[in-house]
Amino acid sequence: MQRIGVFVCHCGTNIAATVDVKKVVELVRFEPGVVFADDYMYMCSEAGQEKIIAAIKEHDLTGLVICSCSPRMHEKTFRACAEKAGLNPYMVEVANIREQCSWIHKDREEATEKAVILARAAIAKVNLNTPLQEGESPVTKRALIIGGGIAGIQTALDIADAGYEVDIVEREPSIGGRMSQFDKTFPTLDCASCILTPKMVEVNQHPNITLYTYSEVEGVSGYVGNFDVKIRKKARSVDMSACTGCGECQAKCPLGKMGKIPSEFDRGLRTRPAIYMPFAQAVPAVPVIDRENCTYFKTGKCGVCAKICPSKAVNYEQEDEIVTVKYGAIVVATGFDIINLDKFGEYAYNESPDVITSIELERLMNASGPTGGHLERMSDHKQPKDIVFIQCVGSRCDDEKGKPYCSKVCCMYTAKHAMLIKDHWPDTNITVFYIDVRTPGKNFDEFYRRAVEQYHVNYVKGQVGKVIPQPDGSLLVQGVDLLDNKQIMKKTDMVVLAAAVEPNKGVRKIATMLTASIDNNDFLTEAHAKLRPVESPTAGIFLSGMAQGPKDIPETVSQAGAAAVKVVGLLAKDKLKTNPCTAKCDPMFCNGCSTCANVCPYGAITYEDQQVRGPGVNETRRVAVVNNALCQGCGACTSACPSGAMDLQGFSNRQITTEVDSICR
Amino acid sequence: MTKQEIEKKVELIKEISGCDPYKCMKCGKCSGSCPAFNEMDVKPHQFASYIVNGDIESLVSSKSLWKCLTCLACIERCPRSVQPGKLIDAARQLVERERGGDYLHAEDIPELLDDDVPQQLLVSAYRRYRR
Amino acid sequence: MKYSYYPGCTLKNKAQDLDVYARRAAVALGFELEEIPEWQCCGGVYPMGSDEIATKLSSVRALNYAKEQGQDLITLCSACHHVLKRVNDDMKNVADISDRANNYMGLDEPYKGETTVVHFLEVLRDRIGFDEIAKKVVNPLTGKKIGAYYGCLVLRPGKILEFDDPEDPKIMEDFIRALGAEPVIYPYRNECCGAYSSLKEGGVSQERTKLIFDSSEGFGADMLITACPLCMYNLNKSEADSKIPVYYFTELLAEALGVKEGNS
Ligand SMILES: Cc1cc2nc3c(=O)[nH]c(=O)nc-3n(C[C@H](O)[C@H](O)[C@H](O)COP(=O)(O)OP(=O)(O)OC[C@H]3O[C@@H](n4cnc5c(N)ncnc54)[C@H](O)[C@@H]3O)c2cc1C
Ligand code: SF4
Ligand code: SF4
Ligand code: SF4
Ligand code: SF4
Repeated sequence: MQRIGVFVCHCGTNIAATVDVKKVVELVRFEPGVVFADDYMYMCSEAGQEKIIAAIKEHDLTGLVICSCSPRMHEKTFRACAEKAGLNPYMVEVANIREQCSWIHKDREEATEKAVILARAAIAKVNLNTPLQEGESPVTKRALIIGGGIAGIQTALDIADAGYEVDIVEREPSIGGRMSQFDKTFPTLDCASCILTPKMVEVNQHPNITLYTYSEVEGVSGYVGNFDVKIRKKARSVDMSACTGCGECQAKCPLGKMGKIPSEFDRGLRTRPAIYMPFAQAVPAVPVIDRENCTYFKTGKCGVCAKICPSKAVNYEQEDEIVTVKYGAIVVATGFDIINLDKFGEYAYNESPDVITSIELERLMNASGPTGGHLERMSDHKQPKDIVFIQCVGSRCDDEKGKPYCSKVCCMYTAKHAMLIKDHWPDTNITVFYIDVRTPGKNFDEFYRRAVEQYHVNYVKGQVGKVIPQPDGSLLVQGVDLLDNKQIMKKTDMVVLAAAVEPNKGVRKIATMLTASIDNNDFLTEAHAKLRPVESPTAGIFLSGMAQGPKDIPETVSQAGAAAVKVVGLLAKDKLKTNPCTAKCDPMFCNGCSTCANVCPYGAITYEDQQVRGPGVNETRRVAVVNNALCQGCGACTSACPSGAMDLQGFSNRQITTEVDSICR
Repeated sequence: MTKQEIEKKVELIKEISGCDPYKCMKCGKCSGSCPAFNEMDVKPHQFASYIVNGDIESLVSSKSLWKCLTCLACIERCPRSVQPGKLIDAARQLVERERGGDYLHAEDIPELLDDDVPQQLLVSAYRRYRR
Repeated sequence: MKYSYYPGCTLKNKAQDLDVYARRAAVALGFELEEIPEWQCCGGVYPMGSDEIATKLSSVRALNYAKEQGQDLITLCSACHHVLKRVNDDMKNVADISDRANNYMGLDEPYKGETTVVHFLEVLRDRIGFDEIAKKVVNPLTGKKIGAYYGCLVLRPGKILEFDDPEDPKIMEDFIRALGAEPVIYPYRNECCGAYSSLKEGGVSQERTKLIFDSSEGFGADMLITACPLCMYNLNKSEADSKIPVYYFTELLAEALGVKEGNS
């Protein structure tokens, strides 16, 4: 028989205001196995823990039930406290009488009754608990970063500088992400490539960093400290070690002059050859052949690039290569893109070439962009004298057309765009239609105010209902000025849409492979929104950059550093404690049916022939065996097992049914 | 109107329209879309706030009831699914459901007809302007 | 294929062109319009109030009739199409309206939105196919520059009507192309013509139709087509300098198919 102590926490008034804590203590005192019960203001506090330790010693307790907040908050705390007093930490159960009781109920009597029931269930369980021992697993001292935007780059550099090896897997031919497309960056207006290119080069040259560009993650297995990752290196058709990056091939590719292949990097505002580097400062400075468009791959003819390459680097025979690498930690930094605007026909984006997105504007203002940095209309290449910006396109939407969140960066980059244009072409007339101007952050509102006060950008509170292309080639913007309560008909030369951001396509696939959770909007979920913002709830998976939520570059870089610290903290350990609450097979009942291996998401179950001896049985047969290092204790197998052979330690079938019984008593 | 009467009417408008005026973020996209904006005294982006603030009296006596063309542009474009066109339609119905609230009187109709008026125009105007 | 055909009042009177040419074109294209006997007026505008039941019943009757025939219901007039589709959606998805309407109707088997409502243009696009139509064109309208005027009721609300993208529709343009003419895309094609306001005060529809003509003519259209008798009326009454002729889309269809001077 256990000797159980029950400790009921007031949590200030969080619990005590709705649950009659004293009454709970009085009622649980008589439950089987309970030899001691008490309450306290803050059980998790130093003094609260002292109380528990004293009680363990004084009453010779063998098990504890803490009635408090969610075990997600303090299970660890109370287990450590029990251990201090010499009790096995797995003899502690937490009854959640806060999140699952006091916070969601109003009626004091009902809440108290429920608290007692929850406590009773926990007591019933502890009566069946057995001490469990944590195991150990080694840590592979290498990290993987998925995505080579500014987030991935910064995380990689920080980890590499701390002395650990890091690999970056980037889907595109070059690292750099969105930032490499930009002209200048708020809030200080330094040139994007001036601050990004050095970092890209550093990544390329860092002895601890390996780059896999034009590559994708194909499969992930294993667990924290010991991931096995399959990486597909897509065939570049150019030998990385031979190529000198001279660029001859892209200059000579006949498709380059035909102007048929839109450049992804320039958002279709100009075309590119079939063998190409996305931009001049690409890292690595090695082109790829886009096999879908290349004439040689389509017809077997051409072959110009191979002929003219002075280094004989072009190789049409190259094949995709798959490598499998071991990692201790994985960082997801897959970033973002802007939404597709097909559902916003009212803004005439598909109708008029002079209605553009903000990313397209970045390209149009970039000295290395399609117009050499000269701002012009795509329809007639004239410089616009009047420009209208429309904010919140697809952000803050309640319907399926858009996104429910604020994209966070557009108010700032629009102010940036307006000022940069005014700097170059002061006589341009600029109007910004906004719902709210959202510029919290250091020096951010000052930045926006400068656009108004110094540059005289015309901010109009109100939205645009429709952009109406005119027969003379101009655009008529029909909107509203809410402060004047007037409908506005404004003729303009160019309209720029601040389209909502969204997580990069493909993040779902990555998240599934990593068993990392994502929210309704496909942003990766953090383990705790406030206290563990750069960790995924899945151990060993970390988050960096826009993949986790809208943020600008300063925030991205801070988060990238934070993720690196967490990774380094993990890699610095030689061994990790493993969760002892794993599945265990009783060979007596197992008939080797394979049901469990089929449901196990972690591949932790294998089968082997074992000698099974028991009443009336003595034979060698195939039975399931659980690899404790791989098992995450999810319990899928225990509920699937048709013969009841599989059980989860710490959450055995008997323990769970006893809990249910005591709730229904 | 007494406080209770106002509350009753607010509830009625919400019920008839099936819309939630609290969802409005006052972006103005409806007013930026409305073809009848200049004819209206209370503008589409204000419909929701008049209801939220209980200023039903001003709303039901506004010209806007009769100026909305039910073109559904605001309903299509409202990013918050408020559907202001439905709100004003509900307000209009409150008026019409009381005696004498009609905007079109049967005896005036013959004078308004010309040889080309399609039945569709007659029935829609009839439906929109009177009980 | 046989359809239950709901012509609506206007097509029986002021918009006979819309109807007659549709019937001839249907014959030429090999589908049958079987007029619903004793159909009643849809009301011209959809009763938006969630508690307006009686005014929805005429639509429910027609819808239920089509269900009993086991046919899809076809319409031509933008307004009928709008009202019938929305009432059908209510019957299918809004339990409260559906229950109350069924209470009134007292049918043996309640009507729950089983009928599929299609616009004539949708039949052309989705069932016959514009490519097929192009093959059957005998008098291609070559050289004609035609602007499609959609108006409001045929497109919105897009989620319920599911006719085409309400902000950037293509169906009428594809139709025009199938007839061998050149579609002119102009931004006012889905803007309101002034609707029923023209009965009591014509100012707004004068303003609106001027914008529509200025824009379509400005982009090079030499005629407009429409599916809505009310739009037709308002456009015809326009005093705009830029005014160009307006036809029902079925008239051009019949012409292109060579059945305009039919004997039906
Ligand atoms: C128009 C515009 C202007 C902006 N201007 C500014 C500014 O002036 N100042 C500022 O502070 N912020 C600005 N921002 C915000 C800034 O772009 C972001 O904060 C920043 O780019 C986020 O970096 P990231 O690395 O998280 O994402 P990204 O830059 O999107 O990088 C993600 C990388 O991951 C790669 N990737 C994606 N999926 C996979 C996959 N499955 N496998 C492998 N690789 C993958 C992508 O190819 C990409 O290289 C602007 C944003 C926009 C839209
Ligand atoms: S592949 Fe050859 S030609 Fe092309 S950049 Fe490399 S070295 Fe130059
Ligand atoms: S940052 Fe500004 S423009 Fe972007 S969604 Fe938020 S409020 Fe709208
Ligand atoms: S009703 Fe809709 S469109 Fe109009 S202001 Fe409110 S949220 Fe914006
Ligand atoms: S439905 Fe009425 S309020 Fe809404 S845009 Fe049309 S005319 Fe204006």
